[in-house]
Amino acid sequence: MRKLLLGDEAIAQGALDAGLSGVYAYPGTPSTEITEYIQNSKLAVERNVHRRWCTNEKTAMEAALGMSFMGKRALVCMKHVGLNVCADPFVNSGMTGVNGGLVVLVADDPSMHSSQDEQDSRFYGKFAMIPTLEPSTQQEAYDMMEMAYELSEEVCLPVLMRVTTRMAHSRAVVEVKETPRAENELNYDAKASHWVLLPGNAIKRNITVTGQQAELEQRAVESKYNKYIDAADHSMGIIASGIAYNYLMECYPDGCPYPVLKISQYPMPKELIGRMTAECDAVLIAEEGQPFIEDLVRGVMPGNAVIKGRLTGELPRTGELNPDALKRALGVEVREGYDSCEDVAPRPPALCQGCGHRDVYTALNEVLKDYPNARVFGDIGCYTLGFMPPFKAIHSCVDMGASITMAKGASDAGQWPAVAIIGDSTFTHSGMTGLLDAINENANITVIISDNLTTGMTGGQDSAGTGKFEAICRGLGLPEEHLRVVVPLPKNMPEITQALREEIEYRGTSVIIPRRECMQTLQRHLKQKKAQEAKQ
Amino acid sequence: MKTDIILCGVGGQGILSIATVIGEAAMHENLYIKQAEVHGMSQRGGDVQSNLRISSNPINSDLIALGSADVIISMEPMEALRYLPFLSKEGWIITSSKPFVNIPNYPEVETVMADLNKVKNVIILDIEQLAKDNEIPRSANVILLGAAQKALGIEYDKLENAIRRVFGRKGDAVVDANLKALAIGKEAQR
Repeated sequence: MRKLLLGDEAIAQGALDAGLSGVYAYPGTPSTEITEYIQNSKLAVERNVHRRWCTNEKTAMEAALGMSFMGKRALVCMKHVGLNVCADPFVNSGMTGVNGGLVVLVADDPSMHSSQDEQDSRFYGKFAMIPTLEPSTQQEAYDMMEMAYELSEEVCLPVLMRVTTRMAHSRAVVEVKETPRAENELNYDAKASHWVLLPGNAIKRNITVTGQQAELEQRAVESKYNKYIDAADHSMGIIASGIAYNYLMECYPDGCPYPVLKISQYPMPKELIGRMTAECDAVLIAEEGQPFIEDLVRGVMPGNAVIKGRLTGELPRTGELNPDALKRALGVEVREGYDSCEDVAPRPPALCQGCGHRDVYTALNEVLKDYPNARVFGDIGCYTLGFMPPFKAIHSCVDMGASITMAKGASDAGQWPAVAIIGDSTFTHSGMTGLLDAINENANITVIISDNLTTGMTGGQDSAGTGKFEAICRGLGLPEEHLRVVVPLPKNMPEITQALREEIEYRGTSVIIPRRECMQTLQRHLKQKKAQEAKQ
Repeated sequence: MKTDIILCGVGGQGILSIATVIGEAAMHENLYIKQAEVHGMSQRGGDVQSNLRISSNPINSDLIALGSADVIISMEPMEALRYLPFLSKEGWIITSSKPFVNIPNYPEVETVMADLNKVKNVIILDIEQLAKDNEIPRSANVILLGAAQKALGIEYDKLENAIRRVFGRKGDAVVDANLKALAIGKEAQR
C-alpha cells in the first residue's frame, strides 16, 4: 500500500505496524505530528494504543520505560530540547535496559526554525551508549521503526532515532505494510535485578552495557542502512549521514564520482570509515546538525586523509545543510537564478489578532510604565513573541519553566519587581515545581500564568492542567488572596491592570491567571460546531 | 518529467491545500514526490513556504537548489519575490496580487508589482476578487493552481480528477466550486 506521508507520519505508521502499544510525548516542533497521527489512527483506537499527551518529556520517557518493562513496545517522541528535560530517565534507561522494544524518537531542529538551540541528539545516543538511527528518506524512517523495535529487543537497550526538521516535515510516497504486527503480550521478568539501579546492581549492569558496545558497532558496520558505495576517483571520499546524503546525491544526478559512505546507524562504523580514510586522499564529511561524525573521525582515524567538513569551513559551521551548501563544498556549479529582491521586507511571526496574550502584554506594559526597573522573565510558547514589537515586554526566555525560577533567583538577588510570564501548558510541564520553591520562601515575585486552555504554539494540543490551575496553586500553598483570575479582553483593562499593580506591590509570591481560549482553537471549535449543526 | 515548485505565502493563508491537490495528482500518476513543509512558530502570521518536487525519477533532496525552481506559486505578491534566487531563469511566478500587510515596513505596492514584472514569466491575479465575482469565495487558492497548470507540467484533466478525489468527501458543491476555480485559473494562463 502506498501512502503520501510526512516523515513524522511515516515514523508513526511504522511504529503502529511494528506492534506499538503506547506513544508517550509532549508536543514540540518538529515532532508533534507523530503523536497526532497515532491519535487519529483507526488501528490505534481499535487496539487502544496509549496516545494521550503527557505533562512533559520526563513523565513521557518514564511511562514508556514502564510499559517496556512490562514487555510491550513503546514510543517516546520529543523535540531535541525535550531530551534535556528527560535526560535523567533517558540516560538511565540505557543502564536498566529494556524488555519490550523502546524507541526514543527525537526531532532536532537545525537552523532553529522553532527552537532555542540546534543541539544534536546523536551526542546523547553516544552518551547513553545505545544504538542510534538516522534515516535519510521517509521510506527508511518507516522501515527503520520495525528494525528499531527488533534491535531494541535483541540487544535489550532503548534505541534512539534521530530525525531533523526536513525529514520530520517533508512528505514523500511510502510503501507501507498491509498487515500490522500484533502487539507484544504482557511479559515481566520477575528475576531481573538490573531494573533496580542500586550501585551494586548498576555496577554489574555498567559492565554489561559497555561490553555490548563492540557488538553494537559491528551491527552498524553490517547494517543495510550504512552503505559504502565505491567509485573510481579516490582523490576524495564523502561521508554523508541522514538527510545530508540526499543533498549530496542531488549534486550528482548521474552518480557521485567519489566513494560515498552513507551513515544511518550508530555507533560509528569505524571499519567502514577506516576504509575510506585509507583509500581516499581527502574525506568530506556532510552531516545535518553539529560535527558529530567529523569530531570522532578527526579523533580516531589513522592515515593521511585530509578531513574536511563543518570544522574546516567547506560546509557551514552552523545551520541546516541544503543542496547548494554541498555543491559549494564539492566544487559543483551552483545554478544562477534571479538576484534576490531588495524590496522584500522580513515578515516575522506575530501573536494572532484577538489573542489573549496580546491583552496580557498590553496590560503588563501599561502597569510597568510606573516601574521602569521591572524585569520580566518569559518562557517558551507563543507568548515568547512578546519580545517583538509592539510589546517588547520580556527580558528572558531560556527553557520550559525557567520564567518562574529565574524571577525567583532575580528576586533573591534583590530585583523588584520580578515578573514571570508563562503559558498554561508550560506551567504544568515544568513551572509547578519552581512555583513551589517560590511559595516556600514567599519569594517577592509576580507570576502570570497566561492560560489559553491549550498547547498553542504547536497547533492546539490538549493542555495537561486545563481546569486545575487554581487548585494546583492552592495545593502548592499559595494564599487565596494572592491568586487572581482575570479575563484578558480590552474591556477588562482596568481590572487586569489593577490586579497586576496590587500583586506587584504585594511583597511575596502571587499568581495572576488571565484566562481566555486560544484564537486558533476557538476558530476550530466554532467550525466544528457549525459543521455539526449543519449535519443535524 | 521533473517539476520543482515553491509554494509560499503568509502563515494561515492555506498554501498546503494547493500542495495537497498537486500531490494527489502526482501520486495518481505514480510520480515521485517530496514536499518539505513549514510547521510551528512561523505559521503565526510569518512568511511560510513549502518546497514541492515531483518527478518521474527518484528525488534525492527534500529542498530545491538555487536557480532551480520551475514555478513559484504565491498567495501574496511580496512573498513571491522572497524566493527569487531559487527561481530558474525560465521559471514562472504565479501569484495573487493582493498584499497581506501585517508588518509596518511593507514596501509600496507599485514597487512590488514592478519587481514582479521584471520576471520573464509571471502571472499576477486578483484571485480573491475573481473568486468573489464567481461566487466561489472559498476556492480562491485553486484559481492560482489553474493558472499554474502549464508551468507545473501536469495535464488539466489530471488536476480536475485530483480535485474530485481530494474534495469528494466534502460534497459535490465543494468539488464544483473548486473545478470552477481551476477553470478560471486555466483561462488566465499565457
